[in-house]
Amino acid sequence: MMFKLWSAIVKDSRVLWRDGVGLALMFVMPIVLVIVITDIQNSTFNLINKNKLPVLICNRDTGASGMQLVEAINKVGMFSIRQLPKNQDEKALSDSMKKRDALLSIVIPADFTRKVMAKSKTTAGKALTSFGLQADSTQKDLGDVSPLKMFYNPVLQESLRLSVKGALQSALQLVESRQTLRTLYFDINEKPLPGKLEGEMLNSKAVINDTPVSSNGSLKPPNAAQHNVPSWTIFAMFFVIMSLGGSVVREKTSGSYIRLKTLPTSYLVGMFSKQIAYVVVTIVQAIVIFSLGIWLFPVIGLPGLNLPQDIFGLFVVTVLSGWCAVSYAICVGVFAETHQQNNAFGAISIVILSAIGGLMVPTFNMDTSLKTIANFSPMHWCLQSYYGLFLEDGKLSNVIGYLIPLILITIVFQLIAVWGLKRKNLI
Amino acid sequence: MELNNPLAVDISNLGFHYKDNDGVVFSGLNLQVQKGERFGLFGPNGAGKTTLLSLTTGLLSPAGGSIRLLGLDVNRDHHAVNKLLGFVPQDFSFYQELSPVENLEFFGAWAGLSKHQVKNKTDELLQVLGLENVRNKRVDKFSGGMKRRVNLAIGVIHDPAILILDEPTVGVDVQTRHAIVDYLLQLNKNGTTLIYTSHQLSEAEDLCNVAALIDDGKIVAHGSIEQLLEEHKQEDLEQLFLELTGKEFRNDV
Repeated sequence: MMFKLWSAIVKDSRVLWRDGVGLALMFVMPIVLVIVITDIQNSTFNLINKNKLPVLICNRDTGASGMQLVEAINKVGMFSIRQLPKNQDEKALSDSMKKRDALLSIVIPADFTRKVMAKSKTTAGKALTSFGLQADSTQKDLGDVSPLKMFYNPVLQESLRLSVKGALQSALQLVESRQTLRTLYFDINEKPLPGKLEGEMLNSKAVINDTPVSSNGSLKPPNAAQHNVPSWTIFAMFFVIMSLGGSVVREKTSGSYIRLKTLPTSYLVGMFSKQIAYVVVTIVQAIVIFSLGIWLFPVIGLPGLNLPQDIFGLFVVTVLSGWCAVSYAICVGVFAETHQQNNAFGAISIVILSAIGGLMVPTFNMDTSLKTIANFSPMHWCLQSYYGLFLEDGKLSNVIGYLIPLILITIVFQLIAVWGLKRKNLI
Repeated sequence: MELNNPLAVDISNLGFHYKDNDGVVFSGLNLQVQKGERFGLFGPNGAGKTTLLSLTTGLLSPAGGSIRLLGLDVNRDHHAVNKLLGFVPQDFSFYQELSPVENLEFFGAWAGLSKHQVKNKTDELLQVLGLENVRNKRVDKFSGGMKRRVNLAIGVIHDPAILILDEPTVGVDVQTRHAIVDYLLQLNKNGTTLIYTSHQLSEAEDLCNVAALIDDGKIVAHGSIEQLLEEHKQEDLEQLFLELTGKEFRNDV
């Protein structure tokens, strides 16, 4: 039996090795994907944290508050500011955005200082009244401060645009609060608020320390490579469907299967040999992609991949993920009647499984029903297991809870494949 | 039991129909092939030749009756029957990405041979069938005739007691046809029972000593070729074939 199994493994390996397109799909495409996606995510990270977002500001206001607002926006730290002439109209602003490759432009209205001053006096007056002091009754309420106008390039992602709005809101709040504080202080003390006191009152001393949650208490923050390399490794593993599913279909349609059925060996041995050969392929895929993450990424300016401490755990997760991918491929191959069916269904189903499994959009971003559906995607459990190791630096024992559903799904695929083989009188 | 059984194939009261009742139907079909015979099964398209061969090899299961090869029931003793049976399908049933040697190594192992036996038989077959100089070349680069020889080599690698051949020479040149027929005659001399089907009736006269004509799922004639020609007063198998099955077109859908 061992000789039969070994012969089948050798045969499957030879057939695979000569399938240039299949190899390209299994290795080249995922490698390109992991590099491109990591680069894009890293660029987004750098755009916000290092390179800064280019912003054009047209300050039509001639007073102090407009200048203070520009200064406050600058202090946020996420923008690279260029000021435009005060009289620039909106059409010229749009042209400037295109010409200077800016994603955002902000227009501070001409009456900004006047409105801020008026609002601060009104607010200070209300405060004095509430303290039981006499307020300036001559001040008219001019209404709310005129809105800033923010123009943005539609390519700016929603999440990033909301972050920008939040930052601008903080800057605006600072300008208004400063003016209200100054007015209030002057009304009470009849002298200007000292700069030092103003600084102490307005500048927050509270510090936010952001710490990644990890299983072993390490404080190393994850980078784009830690997120992307496991995701696209899983994607690559499931892409063996193009070669393996195709191999099963080819065996059924080429007549090889008829011959195999007239030999004194069960086709299940053939299925077992395919699983061994292709699980080895998935392990090689993982080794290649992880190696690229560790050694190539830093060379091409991307953050390097840090392997988890539990290498044995990583091996187990990789083998189980590969086994699940291989089982799925065999399952589809058994039911597909033609190559076209296998390839079309295989490719589309993998994209869908990866989308609902959280490879493309994190599952925490999904609504409740999609989160429930995600549990049925094997890729979700592969990803959770890898994240447990890569992002939380956990051990195998920390991800067992994710591996159990993965094994169950794999067994279901195996049972469906055997049922399909029996139904088609293939075993 | 199989060594003492004089019948290589014993089909008794066979019943069969396809699931959708489309295609040939067998009802109470009986047929025997003696051990050591060179048996030819002939008939027009759609007569039931390939279906009967598929039932004999266990690829299809009968609805009734029994099929025994050397005394073993094809469906109950499937594993034991497969050790005695060699099958050369009409289609090229091997891995075209592999070389003849690689195909023979794999199919030989699955036929139950040891590593040593596989190697010896591979060398012998490649030599006999004229494939020695292309032993390591990919089969998908071969001509139709060369592929036919690879197809045959795989079917006989385990020295089967019964060899079933479904149109083994279709689409080959005269030289390859002669080589294949000569090789099959040699195998028969060494004790292999041949069960053969083809539309090449002149070739069948060279190869077979016993023939059966099947039409619409029924055996319409069965006996030695000389006996059949004499009984029906015909000069060759083709004339006999036309007399018994008519001249109308047959559409096998």
